[in-house]
Amino acid sequence: MANTFYNEILTEHNRNPYHKHSIEGANFSLEGVNPSCGDDIVLNLKVENDVIVDGAYEGDGCAISQASADMMLDLVIGKSVEEAMHLSDIFLRMIKGETTEAERNELQEASILQDISHMPSRVKCAVLGWHTMEEMLSEDK
Amino acid sequence: MTELDKKIRQDFPVLRDRETVYLDNAATSQKPQCVIDAVRHYYEYYNANPMRGLYDISIEATDAYENARAQVARFINAHETSEIIFTRNTTESMNLLAYSLGADLKPGDEIVVAVTEHHSNFLPWKEVAARNGATIVWFDCEEDGYLNPDTLRELVNEHTKLVAVTQLSNVLGRINDVKTFAQIAHEVGARIVVDGAQSVPHMPVDVVDLDCDFLAFSGHKMYGPMGIGVLYGKMELLKDMKPFMYGGEMIEYVFKDRVKYADVPHKFEAGTVNVGGAVGLVEAIKYIESYGWDTIISRENEITKYAMEKMAEIPHVNIIGSQDWHEHHGLITFTIDDIHPHDVAAIFDSAHVAVRAGHHCAQPLHKHLGLMSTTRVSFAFYNSLEDIDAFINCLREIRGKMGYED
Repeated sequence: MANTFYNEILTEHNRNPYHKHSIEGANFSLEGVNPSCGDDIVLNLKVENDVIVDGAYEGDGCAISQASADMMLDLVIGKSVEEAMHLSDIFLRMIKGETTEAERNELQEASILQDISHMPSRVKCAVLGWHTMEEMLSEDK
Repeated sequence: MTELDKKIRQDFPVLRDRETVYLDNAATSQKPQCVIDAVRHYYEYYNANPMRGLYDISIEATDAYENARAQVARFINAHETSEIIFTRNTTESMNLLAYSLGADLKPGDEIVVAVTEHHSNFLPWKEVAARNGATIVWFDCEEDGYLNPDTLRELVNEHTKLVAVTQLSNVLGRINDVKTFAQIAHEVGARIVVDGAQSVPHMPVDVVDLDCDFLAFSGHKMYGPMGIGVLYGKMELLKDMKPFMYGGEMIEYVFKDRVKYADVPHKFEAGTVNVGGAVGLVEAIKYIESYGWDTIISRENEITKYAMEKMAEIPHVNIIGSQDWHEHHGLITFTIDDIHPHDVAAIFDSAHVAVRAGHHCAQPLHKHLGLMSTTRVSFAFYNSLEDIDAFINCLREIRGKMGYED
């Protein structure tokens, strides 16, 4: 059988997510739903002085949606809101196939989802966490 | 592969020329060469706008279209050829019915909808009920998917105007006793509409024997082209229904202040019709009849039995609905513990096995069974035991590929 894009990084984030739990003191919370896969997550962030000091998600969904949200939180916790939005912009452009290698390097592990751009039916899964974060952080502006 | 497997496979260009193991037949079937040729022949040799033409080629096209209607009527044993209305597909048939028959609904009326229904036999009724103040009453199935006639008997009463139910569930694969449901509906003066999208391609359906008032199905799931579907209705009911769409080809005469619509079925077929599709559908019916139901059903049963037995041996695989293969007619829906169905389908895809994942346009049923989404394999008689082996081999590996050791 041909190799799938379910590599070890992705399956590990899906099976043992670091950030799938509830957190105390979150001041941003938003539900994101992808009706085509039935992915449904609630993203919680704790933002102090424009810095994401903590974050987590809860919910259910396919491996891509779960791993993508988990890798996103790995990246953005400890970063400023502005930096998080910058990374989100790169991620969403990566899914459309519009990034440079240098930009993808900024995404670290999350760049493994680059090939999702060839699978239109799974794009919504990959971007769910990122879209949800963008929506809640830009609402604040 | 047996000689018969090879012979049937040769009929289908897609199966001949691709390495795909196609197990999504409940979504759409592949098309045999004879259907493709018939559609092509129509466009190459006698394409013209039917019904209105006063010249030979248009008359030929009209004859082909009306012959298709006669063949479909014969195929489902309708009393009259004009009880067959051509539509685009089952969904359009249901919308026609909901618009036209639904126009008479009044506040307090009830429509009984089975929880097993595809959205196409629920949403048109939900919308018309909301417009007219009628109520949807759910006909729930039992845990194994069985729709119990006794449950229906409790639900119907003098307010019931319609019972909407599928003959073969696109998720459970189970055949429902629509003949008994029709009796129960008729006892309270209600009508019954049967969704035949999954049943008509896989078993003989006789509308007189079932005594159903309406039956809807799609050509593309029964080896015919996309874009041609059927609504059968009893003539006495169709006569009293108002047209669905208005425009060309559905009138007797039009004055500035009044109009007389055409008779059934043409009053329901506004605009230029799909002759190529109808010609292809006739060829698909001929193709089914060339092998015969005995061959088709025994092949599909053999495949289903084989697949279910193999699936039962694999840990963490859960079959939805009945665990008895006799209750699965050409389709099996399942889940794998801890693995999301879209991930399951993606891994099958990497092995060139085409399966369906999601809610299969049946969200109320998924909710009723406590499921988020599922994976489905569905067969046609051109599938072989080798196709099932490819499916099973991949199925065994899925948890491992997702990082699970057992």
